[in-house]
Amino acid sequence: MGKIETPDSAARGILNVSRRTLLKGAGGLALGIFFAPLLRGVDALAASQPFGPNAFVRIDSDGVVTVLAKHLEMGQGSYTGLATLLAEELDADWDKVRVEGAPADAKLYNNNAFGPMQGTGGSTAMANSWEQMRNAGATARAMLVAAAAQRWGVPAGEIDVAQGVVSHAGSGRSAGFGELVEAAAQLPVPQQVQLKEPKDFKLIGKLDLRRKDSFDKTDGSALFTQDLKLPGMLVAMVAYPPRFGGVPRAVDASQARAVRDVVDVVEFRDLPHGRAGVAVLAKNTWAARQGRDALAIEWDESQAFTLGSEEILAQYREAAGKPGLPATRTGDAEAALAGAAKTVEAEYEFPYLAHAAMEPMNCLVKLSDERCEIWNGEQFQTVDQALIGGYLGLAPEQVSLTQLYAGGSFGRRASSRSDYLLEAVAIAKAAREKGIEAPVKMVWTREDDTRGGSYRPMYLHRVRIGLDEAGTLQAWHNRLVGQSIIAGTSMEAALVRDGIDHTSVEGLSNLAYAVPNLQVELSTPANIQVPVLWWRSVGHTHTGYVAETMIDEAAVAAGKDPYAFRDALLESHPRHRGVLRLAAEQAGWDKPLAPGADGEKRGRGIAVHESFGSFVAQVVEVTVKGDGSYRVDRVVCAVDCGIAINPDVIRAQMEGGIGFALAAVRHGAITLKEGRVEQSNFHDYPVLRINEMPRVEVHIVPSAENPTGVGEPGVPPLAPALANALFAVTGVRLRKLPFPAQVMA
Amino acid sequence: MITLNLNGKDHELDVADDMPLLWALRDVANLTGTKYGCGMALCGACTVNVEGQPTRSCVTPVSAVAGKRITTIEAMGEDPVGRVVQDAWRRLDVVQCGYCQSGQIMAATALLSSNKAPTDADIDTAMSGNICRCATYVRIRAAIHQAAEQLA
Repeated sequence: MGKIETPDSAARGILNVSRRTLLKGAGGLALGIFFAPLLRGVDALAASQPFGPNAFVRIDSDGVVTVLAKHLEMGQGSYTGLATLLAEELDADWDKVRVEGAPADAKLYNNNAFGPMQGTGGSTAMANSWEQMRNAGATARAMLVAAAAQRWGVPAGEIDVAQGVVSHAGSGRSAGFGELVEAAAQLPVPQQVQLKEPKDFKLIGKLDLRRKDSFDKTDGSALFTQDLKLPGMLVAMVAYPPRFGGVPRAVDASQARAVRDVVDVVEFRDLPHGRAGVAVLAKNTWAARQGRDALAIEWDESQAFTLGSEEILAQYREAAGKPGLPATRTGDAEAALAGAAKTVEAEYEFPYLAHAAMEPMNCLVKLSDERCEIWNGEQFQTVDQALIGGYLGLAPEQVSLTQLYAGGSFGRRASSRSDYLLEAVAIAKAAREKGIEAPVKMVWTREDDTRGGSYRPMYLHRVRIGLDEAGTLQAWHNRLVGQSIIAGTSMEAALVRDGIDHTSVEGLSNLAYAVPNLQVELSTPANIQVPVLWWRSVGHTHTGYVAETMIDEAAVAAGKDPYAFRDALLESHPRHRGVLRLAAEQAGWDKPLAPGADGEKRGRGIAVHESFGSFVAQVVEVTVKGDGSYRVDRVVCAVDCGIAINPDVIRAQMEGGIGFALAAVRHGAITLKEGRVEQSNFHDYPVLRINEMPRVEVHIVPSAENPTGVGEPGVPPLAPALANALFAVTGVRLRKLPFPAQVMA
Repeated sequence: MITLNLNGKDHELDVADDMPLLWALRDVANLTGTKYGCGMALCGACTVNVEGQPTRSCVTPVSAVAGKRITTIEAMGEDPVGRVVQDAWRRLDVVQCGYCQSGQIMAATALLSSNKAPTDADIDTAMSGNICRCATYVRIRAAIHQAAEQLA
């Protein structure tokens, strides 16, 4: 039967891989202890397993180096980056390095930037792993060297390691890693190791180092949650209330049950995140879908959210008319504005945005009395463990999480409420209570995903700036109104200070430009029940836009060149200045832009923004066509993210961040009408397509600073740079996102 | 029972006639390289080749393709054009999250099978039905040009 297997045999394959993985993981020195809760009874088997001196690396007797990645690979290149750091210090052969998702473990795999939780987000993967992964590699290398020294009877100091081969020049001896692992595993783990000087790096900074996930993502073999199948597994699809906060009042499932391969229908409600639903369990996805669509449900909407975007906006406008809580107060902005020679006032509107990852949210769950096993691509692994454990009455250690690739995320799979995971668990639990002992894979359709909430929040900004006679920027008063992402989550205590959710104001509260009188105020409405979440670059998606278009307005008001005006105000911010100058230079800012074809007008705009510790400047070239529509021709991007670990991944993240930002500028808007989300799929929530993608040139600032992230920082500058470019053509300031398709009459 | 010719071999599948080919491939035949993205032929993640034509399997009922030659991403390594496309994708590290890339490679292979030297405009036209949310489009264009050179 060719490649086709029965569902069960295929699933056993997956199970076997998973089991073998765990056994291997247990084989190392430290690992056996830490994985014990997952592996009761297999210690004896584990004893014969290969070399694993710490939680981040195993080396098999065939010389294959497996790097355990504590961070999710969702496209941003974390697997490649983590492997690069470890392999660098191990002096491994890159071709023999593979990467595996680490299991969720709050003791071993916390994000050093987040405190006591394992998680991927805030563009922190490389920054928080920089020392940790290199130390892990250096430790393994030292033990292999010690094993060789012992075997050959030569001083360890005379031994070299290169590309996975340990050698001793004096005696002419050499051995591959695989030949030494058994002996190395018997040695003590050194407490201190020496890391390389940057000048000795062989992999870090190498432009042509290939990604670790390219192969299996180009032949269909990469495993996403959507692809997993366990023996007897059922697929669940959920009917959700049409408005946030609705609950089922009466369910007629007779038509659903009549669909071929539908097994049962269960309800869930009273989950910590507040969402209820009716789930159809079936033997395959198509049956689950048909069954779901055949449900007849009467919803109780007495507690449901019924406002539309227009009403929300009106409420935000009212709030913007009153002072908010102070986030930043330097000097006296009101007084400076009153005395300004020139002022500019503006109001900005930002809509809700869906992440729209290509793989709609999903989660595979297997429950027993003492265990909950999850297979998923998750950004907040130990948050999920804790919330799921809390819901089921299990300790976090009883909730295992096998980390798979995520088909995109952009923040969506960093759910601080574990929304869709808890729903999947609740469905499996409800099924179990009805006697159905089956693993359950809950899958969302595109429509479920688009309408499922967890959006980038809607925001309104009201801004006033003031300049003196000489054209010097003297005052900036910025009031923001929008929902808090963090309020009401387990992170509130740590991340909301004096009523200010830092992620609401980041990028403005720390405005880099030298403005003597700066006031940033925040109003956080509490009555909006639309679930909101971080969306690639979070608060910077709106604060960066406001900052970088207003500074452009200030430059115009001052009669100065927008680049020179910025540069002058960034004297105390050399890294901002560095990327600004590099982007301007590479874009040829000092030379006139080549003219467009007949009937076309061209323009150029610039923006610079720091987010997540990285600095990015972009110059956008745009053509406005005769019909008033526009095309983005070219984006020149300069980035300073400290030491460039994987230059080609950095370039890819800038390219992708630019495309992601451009999608939001051109098309992105989730709107509500009477509480219902109006969009559903890619026809009414369009994302960027290839014919809209500009040429992109990325330039990386050489740096000796510790590395920072690149997953998000490419996003914020694009929209304001484009707005500024369009202004250069049309003379119109665009203050409402997304832009109209026609920017000129 | 319905007979599907998948990657050169006939397979008998016990599925409803109206089941979209996508779910027959993924849930029944265990060929999970072909992805679900939208269910409405809007994103191209489910692209397979039916009798040489790129086809959206999410809206194609199995009854419509019974007996026809269906090729999926899993067989691209044996396809003379598909193999070159895969190599170009790997050389340039096109992928990010990777979820859409099976569909991208199927569409690119179909393009290069009919147009040996596509321009950027040809690429935009042929590939605009395939969404990549990571926006790997710069590299998709470059990889198609590289593959075309390789095939010339």
